[in-house]
Amino acid sequence: MACASFAKLNATSSQWIAGQQSFAPRPRSSAARFPARRVSAPIRAAAYSDELVQTAKSIASPGRGILAIDESNATCGKRLASIGLDNTEVNRQAYRQLLLTTPGLGEYISGAILFEETLYQSTTDGKKFVDCLREEKIVPGIKVDKGLVPLPGSNNESWCQGLDGLASRSAEYYKQGARFAKWRTVVSIPCGPSALAVKEAAWGLARYAAISQDNGLVPIVEPEILLDGDHPIERTLEVAEKVWSEVFFYLAENNVLFEGILLKPSMVTPGAEHKEKASPETIAKYTLTMLRRRVPPAVPGIMFLSGGQSEVQATQNLNAMNQSPNPWRVSFSYARALQNTVLKTWQGRPENVEAAQKSLLVRAKANSLAQLGQYSAEGESEEAKKGMFVKGYTY
Amino acid sequence: MASASLLKSSPVLDKSEFVKGTQTLRTPSLAAVRYHPTTAPSALVVKASAYADELVKTAKTVASPGRGILAMDESNATCGKRLASIGLENTEANRQAYRTLLVSAPGLGQYISGAILFEETLYQSTTDGRKMVDVLVEQNIVPGIKVDKGLVPLAGSNDESWCQGLDGLASRTAAYYQQGARFAKWRTVVSIPNGPSALAVKEAAWGLARYAAICQDNGLTPIVEPEILLDGEHGIERTFEVALKVWAEVFYYMAENNVLFEGILLKPSMVTPGAECKERATPQQVAEYTLKLLHRRIPPAVPGIMFLSGGQSEVEATLNLNAMNQSPNPWHVSFSYARALQNTCLKTWGGRPENVKAAQDTLLVRAKANSLAQLGKYTGEGESEEAKKGMFVKGYVY
Repeated sequence: MACASFAKLNATSSQWIAGQQSFAPRPRSSAARFPARRVSAPIRAAAYSDELVQTAKSIASPGRGILAIDESNATCGKRLASIGLDNTEVNRQAYRQLLLTTPGLGEYISGAILFEETLYQSTTDGKKFVDCLREEKIVPGIKVDKGLVPLPGSNNESWCQGLDGLASRSAEYYKQGARFAKWRTVVSIPCGPSALAVKEAAWGLARYAAISQDNGLVPIVEPEILLDGDHPIERTLEVAEKVWSEVFFYLAENNVLFEGILLKPSMVTPGAEHKEKASPETIAKYTLTMLRRRVPPAVPGIMFLSGGQSEVQATQNLNAMNQSPNPWRVSFSYARALQNTVLKTWQGRPENVEAAQKSLLVRAKANSLAQLGQYSAEGESEEAKKGMFVKGYTY
Repeated sequence: MASASLLKSSPVLDKSEFVKGTQTLRTPSLAAVRYHPTTAPSALVVKASAYADELVKTAKTVASPGRGILAMDESNATCGKRLASIGLENTEANRQAYRTLLVSAPGLGQYISGAILFEETLYQSTTDGRKMVDVLVEQNIVPGIKVDKGLVPLAGSNDESWCQGLDGLASRTAAYYQQGARFAKWRTVVSIPNGPSALAVKEAAWGLARYAAICQDNGLTPIVEPEILLDGEHGIERTFEVALKVWAEVFYYMAENNVLFEGILLKPSMVTPGAECKERATPQQVAEYTLKLLHRRIPPAVPGIMFLSGGQSEVEATLNLNAMNQSPNPWHVSFSYARALQNTCLKTWGGRPENVKAAQDTLLVRAKANSLAQLGKYTGEGESEEAKKGMFVKGYVY
């Protein structure tokens, strides 16, 4: 096909789908010689590919999920304050020690997300926390984002910062023993969400994921669609489909290895202020529909956030999603929904540590059963049923 | 964070265009977007086409275990090539005779769930005077229709093509639905020796997404077919790389066009080395790369993936399909073959009425072989030499 305008090719429009080598546009000829490719699949295999895939599979193992204890110092302070404790490093250490030295935790917990301070901390006996975890076969993870800040040009929305220096930070965390990372950005339905906010959230996640993998950390991909709002469940589904479509498109563009990531979505529920509550079965139906429409089976695990649900709600909803086999592991990555009763039981008193640890095991086991679709709500305490939604919650 | 400038309209508007609900938003405002559900609270499909349930049902039926698609939608010109190869003239009567042979093969519906027709055939009757669509429906085969208007040069690209057909597609598909079609097909191509350019990939993906949305709006389940041509000397990794890119873009645009994923079917090319690559790949390698592609790009909501054969021999196409079905997949992995089902049949017929039965038998042999392959139970025993002949034609245009 003759095409004189070929010579006027607009560089952007004719940009080639580059192979491993970049190449300049060739003159039009019938036998376009093309450099031979000797790259083995996956194409941009990082040095860590195998380990990433192994780590992701291990975290997404049956009957287990993630304990999220990566509260920043400020947020941890809120937790401690709720039981009358000062926000000191000693108290934070004591609390994390309680959690991370719980005997037998590894039966139900496959990974623990830490805040930077905790990654470098030890028990009061001087044993590194990462070592405590490894002994329980719990993979240590690390929060790597630098928090939410206002997004200019948006409708009062946020964006998540943290890409600057992320490569070296991740490399350091890997040396310290972390094997997965977490980055939480948010999307707000009452604020739109604007296309800008969604795009920024998705792009940031994709870039973070690529950098993490490059440095040996399995990225947990977390675009949290906040619970705040009075919208019905259909609206949440609509927004979630948009968000995840964009996330996967940019992940692909950044050549992220899908077999070496984990997702941390919010479940598809009505907004917190919506008059109609949804049953676990309804939440499961909408959430699974969303997952089936957006998540390719190469992704090994989907670890849901609890985002303000009560401990029991979070467990029931997870259980409802596991009533039949899924093409990916559907599990949990809970913070408040695992820690709430623990914290209240502990009250900062050493004599309560054992009881507090037992209550952690109770919740961890409940969610383990939920992951297997075998949970029943019998015997749950009143405390565990209390909702934890805080309007406009920031952590 | 209060920001006075947010309340002023415009330069900000294009950046802040809202991810729309079913109501259009007029102004960016700080108030919560009020949502007025037009669907019942329990309905899952937000922008449900009137045909949503039927689309899903059609897709599931076509993607039923042990069955696949017979693609017989060759344009008149291309059908002419087929007829010429057995010494027949390209007349409507001959095309009718040939298609009659195909759709009347007894028991075809045991292995074939759908048949893609060219427009002429959709409106034709068999030589016994029965409507082609009626014969198919009686055979338990869903009639489908090719709706694209062919490939033409893509301006600004590296000698690449784009697929036209969106103009008038809505009314065309509505008419086809009335005539009895329940699924549609649109074939665009991507050429690795020509790049492919980002432009060509984008145009291919966008065209498919728009076509898919229009089809669903008119009751036809769209088969989404971006064929990555076999031509070229590239290795299998390069095909894999390009396929990853193509499918990422296809799904992104389909999502943007609010296509219902439970109501589509895919028709990909398998991931193989280029036809002129000196290293050949075994069925196991083809299966490994192809399944990896599918696992990375295809959400489980899509009910069926019906592979094209694109120049592979009849036996190759069956062996490769079989290799892909050695363990359970999250979607139905099957076939939508034209040449790989018809080749031996055509040659056996030779245009002679006395050969019709024998020809139909060979069609059933191939259909059954692929049915077994879909179930992962095919063994190559008893295959003829003819069936093993490759059908790659360099620069093939159909």
